[in-house]
Amino acid sequence: MKNTVKVHGFHGGIHPPENKKQSTGAPISIAPLPSRVILPLQQHIGLPAEPVVSVGDKVLKGQLVAEAVGRISANIHASISGTVVAIEPHPVPHMSGMEAGCLIIESDGRDEWIEHQGLEDYTQLPKQELIEYIRRAGVAGMGGAGFPTDVKLHLGDDHIVNTLIINAAECEPYITADDMLMRERAEEVLGGIEIIAHLLKPLHIMVGIEDNKPQAIRALHAALDNSPLNLDIVITPTKYPSGGEKQLIKLLTGVEVPSGRIPADVGIVCQNIGTTTAIYRAVIHGEPLISRIVTVTGQAAGHKQNYEVRIGTRFADLLDHSEVRREQMHRLIVGGPMMGITVINEQIPVIKTTNCLIAGTIEEMPPQPPAQACIRCGMCEQVCPAELLPQQLHWFAKGKEFDKARHHNLFDCIECGACSYVCPSNIPLVQYYRFAKAEIRKEDEEQRKADHARIRFEARLERLEREKIEKEERRKQRAIEAAAAQAAKKDAALNIASSSAGNRPAAASVPDLKQLKSNAAIARTKLRKAEKALANAQEKGLDGIETLQATLQQLQVKSEQAEKAYADAQNAPALQQTPTAPVTDIKQLKSHAAIARTKLKKAEKQLAAAQETGDGDIDTLKAQVAELQAKSIAAEKAYSEAESGNSPVTTPGIDTTELEADIAALQSKVDKAENAWKAAVESGSPAADKMAAGVEKLKDKLKALQDELATARASASAAPATTVDSTALEADIMAMQSKVDKAENAWKAAVESGSPAADKMAAGVEKLKDKLKTLQDELAQINAGSTAKATSDSGTEAHVSIKELKQQVSIMRTKLKKAEKLQAELPEGEKDPALDAEIAELRARHDAAQALFDAAEAEKAAAAAQQGIDLKQLKIDAAMARAAVTKAERALSKAEQDHKQTLEEELLAARAEAEKLNSTLERFSE
Amino acid sequence: MALIRITSPHAHRAGSTGNVMLTVLIATLPGLAALTFFFGWGSLIQIIWGTLLAVAMEAAIVRLRKRPVSFYLTDYSAVVTAVLLGLALPPFAPWWVMTVGIIVAIVIAKQLYGGMGNNPFNPAMVAYALLLVSFPVQMTSWAAPFVMTGEGWSVLSLGDTLSAIFGSAGTAVDAHTMATPLDVMRHRGGFTTEEMWVENALLANGIGAWHAVSAAYFMGGVFLLYKKIFTWHTPVAMLGSLTIISTLFFLLMPDQFPDPFFHLTAGATMLGAFFIATDPVTSATSNRGKLWFGAGIGLLIFVIRSWGNYPDAVAFAVLLMNLCAPFIDQYTQPRSYGHAKPNRGMK
Repeated sequence: MKNTVKVHGFHGGIHPPENKKQSTGAPISIAPLPSRVILPLQQHIGLPAEPVVSVGDKVLKGQLVAEAVGRISANIHASISGTVVAIEPHPVPHMSGMEAGCLIIESDGRDEWIEHQGLEDYTQLPKQELIEYIRRAGVAGMGGAGFPTDVKLHLGDDHIVNTLIINAAECEPYITADDMLMRERAEEVLGGIEIIAHLLKPLHIMVGIEDNKPQAIRALHAALDNSPLNLDIVITPTKYPSGGEKQLIKLLTGVEVPSGRIPADVGIVCQNIGTTTAIYRAVIHGEPLISRIVTVTGQAAGHKQNYEVRIGTRFADLLDHSEVRREQMHRLIVGGPMMGITVINEQIPVIKTTNCLIAGTIEEMPPQPPAQACIRCGMCEQVCPAELLPQQLHWFAKGKEFDKARHHNLFDCIECGACSYVCPSNIPLVQYYRFAKAEIRKEDEEQRKADHARIRFEARLERLEREKIEKEERRKQRAIEAAAAQAAKKDAALNIASSSAGNRPAAASVPDLKQLKSNAAIARTKLRKAEKALANAQEKGLDGIETLQATLQQLQVKSEQAEKAYADAQNAPALQQTPTAPVTDIKQLKSHAAIARTKLKKAEKQLAAAQETGDGDIDTLKAQVAELQAKSIAAEKAYSEAESGNSPVTTPGIDTTELEADIAALQSKVDKAENAWKAAVESGSPAADKMAAGVEKLKDKLKALQDELATARASASAAPATTVDSTALEADIMAMQSKVDKAENAWKAAVESGSPAADKMAAGVEKLKDKLKTLQDELAQINAGSTAKATSDSGTEAHVSIKELKQQVSIMRTKLKKAEKLQAELPEGEKDPALDAEIAELRARHDAAQALFDAAEAEKAAAAAQQGIDLKQLKIDAAMARAAVTKAERALSKAEQDHKQTLEEELLAARAEAEKLNSTLERFSE
Repeated sequence: MALIRITSPHAHRAGSTGNVMLTVLIATLPGLAALTFFFGWGSLIQIIWGTLLAVAMEAAIVRLRKRPVSFYLTDYSAVVTAVLLGLALPPFAPWWVMTVGIIVAIVIAKQLYGGMGNNPFNPAMVAYALLLVSFPVQMTSWAAPFVMTGEGWSVLSLGDTLSAIFGSAGTAVDAHTMATPLDVMRHRGGFTTEEMWVENALLANGIGAWHAVSAAYFMGGVFLLYKKIFTWHTPVAMLGSLTIISTLFFLLMPDQFPDPFFHLTAGATMLGAFFIATDPVTSATSNRGKLWFGAGIGLLIFVIRSWGNYPDAVAFAVLLMNLCAPFIDQYTQPRSYGHAKPNRGMK
């Protein structure tokens, strides 16, 4: 027989002894009715099925006993008639020998079918219903993985399925279940293929079969003569693992399934040959999947042949029936010798994926000799069907260099075992890969969790920081108002004594009750802690009691002060009033409305253009237009309301924020569009020109919005009551900076790759830099203003904690470094003088912050010194104590058993010392 | 019988590292036979002496490292090292030369790096390079082949050879030693290559012995290829690059550079290509990597032979490329199934 289809090759592969002849001598025989069956609720990939019967229920053969849960799952049916006696954990076929939920049915011996009927003409049924019919029958892939078949049959919906491949390669040694099935039930096989073809409508159907099954090939050909199917039976050379899905696809089509994708992504669907008969029986006879063909073989087996076995039959029953010689049985393998699993419990049942039981003797499968050193002979590389470097993966797994293992495509390993098979040093390579994969999965999971935690933590810090700043702003605002109020008071009543108000600094004159209250609470807590520590120290007779007493006194004083301050503040009359609402700026509102109208018009125009050219983003544009319309209406309304005099207070700040958000959104769109365009240019797509136009358009829009923002800002800064938000500006600057960085990188890349877009990009970078500069200037102005303010009310300084100062210093440093790096990266001759200036300014600010920090620290140190404690010394002591702990720990790990106790005591002592010092240090550095 | 629980695969091809090494040993036999035929008993004695020393050293170190001695001795890697060094050493080299060589090869180059499979450099070549640098006189006087005298088969007798190696250097030996063709070529002074052959008519006669030995190594190499002990990549790349570059220079300046055939057959090129460069432990891993690795060796051999200080260059070339192997590995990963292109570099 000759192939009509070209057979491609795949890399590697091995030729282990086939051992198939033993079990093909006798026809498939029906295994006797088991006295009880054990039906695991999960015999497939996906979620376990949910039982729909309860213990004590009578069930008939073929009755649904557990129902699929979710999309990827499969129904389970009773494979005998009888009584449900238990639903409980029971050992299942799994590498680990684990137990899982099973439904156990005791036979009534009658083997009575539930009423069932096949479809007379399935082609009349809508596809969806036909697939549902197959799903109800609980059909799952019978080749090994057990993937629910109906999910694969749905693939025609969202994939273009060109090729249907029926996997009849059966490349694993020993197994002959598919071979015998094809020999004896070729019509059923083809009938099943017909149904699949009806559902998927492939252009080409191929049955891949190894050339070591001539009888099966003949049977298929004979059956094909009476079938309407147009399919190619492709005979492939016998080579393990040609039955691997990816390998078979390569063999028959020459196509490789991209890493991490499924065959349907390249227009191919694979089904196992056993699955086709299950589909046939389900559709034509209405029989759910309750039995399958199982090869029983191995040297310890009495009758080596294939049996049709009810799902749920215990291995023990099957082995008894084949008269296995238990005294010789050394290894009981479920599946083939290359990828099968061993079980040590014969009570484990046959499930939908069980294709073979090998009762191996010790002579047949001797234990592997101890592994020798890897000599990197490369035999594994020559046989690897995934074209990996198995020996390198082995070294990486051994050295736990998981990054390298992943880089060497560890996850493309299909664990076929070919490398282990040929390894002259008897290294259990596959086990190394399983280990590495498991470790990497674990690491990934931990990394994911850690990332999640970090993001949450950062968000929290940011929120706290923001709240703090907002609070500060409010406080300042109140201070200013209070000062104004005071001044007014002074004017109004000159005779009232002005000395007290005049002498007190502005900030201190408005005590924040809440702040004071919390201060007092903190002081109390600290005091209590110190007291406890002192008591503890006294009790245990520890060193440093004097120090602690001194601290305690200090804290007592502080606490009293805080309480008093709070009490004073409470008693004092409220000095300030809530700020009066600023006068609504009608002019501004008018301009807003106008702007909104323009925006809307522009967007509408754009939409029209897009619709005309049939450009991609019409939906988005439509949404935008709708949004803008709403905004425009709102703006108009606000304006008209303000004009009529009963408008609520609107601050000009709001609109700018919105605008900013708009700009940011648009910016990201521009970025995306640009990226898409670049990709298109690189791949030489014809759509690139169109895309370029689109990008230009988007850029224009962005420009318009930015202008608008500038106008809004200008008007905002013109408004007298506006508080300038320097933090927002800083954030803007940072964002802009990162944009500039990104743009520059892109530009550099473009220059390197000699892209024609480089010039344009350079211009873009320049523009962005200008913008950055503007923003920075703005910020500098504001900062200048606020520093002036800050110096005028020195009271604020006292609140700034050392930690904050330190943070500020580090922020400044980072900014400075970034700027310097940016400058350094610019090619000689293109150095930006503006950037230089900026760096200088940043440096100055950094130095100032550093000075502040130093001063604060010195102050703190001085305070500590007053109490007789040298902070530096304390720090050094603590560090030394920590070092002692580490040393002791290291020594302990090295020490012999007899020294262990002494060392442990030493370690404990050192730890106690370190802890003590650390806690003291912490107290003083607070 | 109690069932066992063990993970797949359950089938294994019978074979062991020891078998691989034994196959290599068998493949050296033609070369050894040719050496013995043309140059006398020296090489055979060197190999036996070297093997005894190597096994003793290996056993001693493995024992010191508290590992099962017989388990490690039966991989025969120590024997292979000794045989390769024995083939490379001059047949009449004194016994202590081999002794130093084996200590360096087994103790330092192999076991100190962690033993079998962990040595970055080919142990035999480390030993050879060290001996060549340390004892140039003993290492560059090669036995004279009988064909040079043209008097039929008349090599130094077994007894004389033994006393030459293990006794004090006898005068009987001096008559039977000479410089190798590569040495003569290297130190030909101002002569052109053609003049050199005229000047050394005797050598022109006797060069056939070296050709024959190279042919024997080639046969052994083909046997190993047939046995799939290694792939064709390294030897083909090495011989190919050496042939190409030597042809180029020979065509450009035929009086200054020897012909490519001379490069391929007059020295240790064939031994290097099939027995040294193919040492899997110290070579590049992937097939593409082996191509680069072999090509590098071929190129370096030509460069060192033409402009270097030492007449033969296989040892240095192999060691230099051993040094590059890990780097080559980073950039020559194969394209795995389902990937558009191979991964490069290190992560």
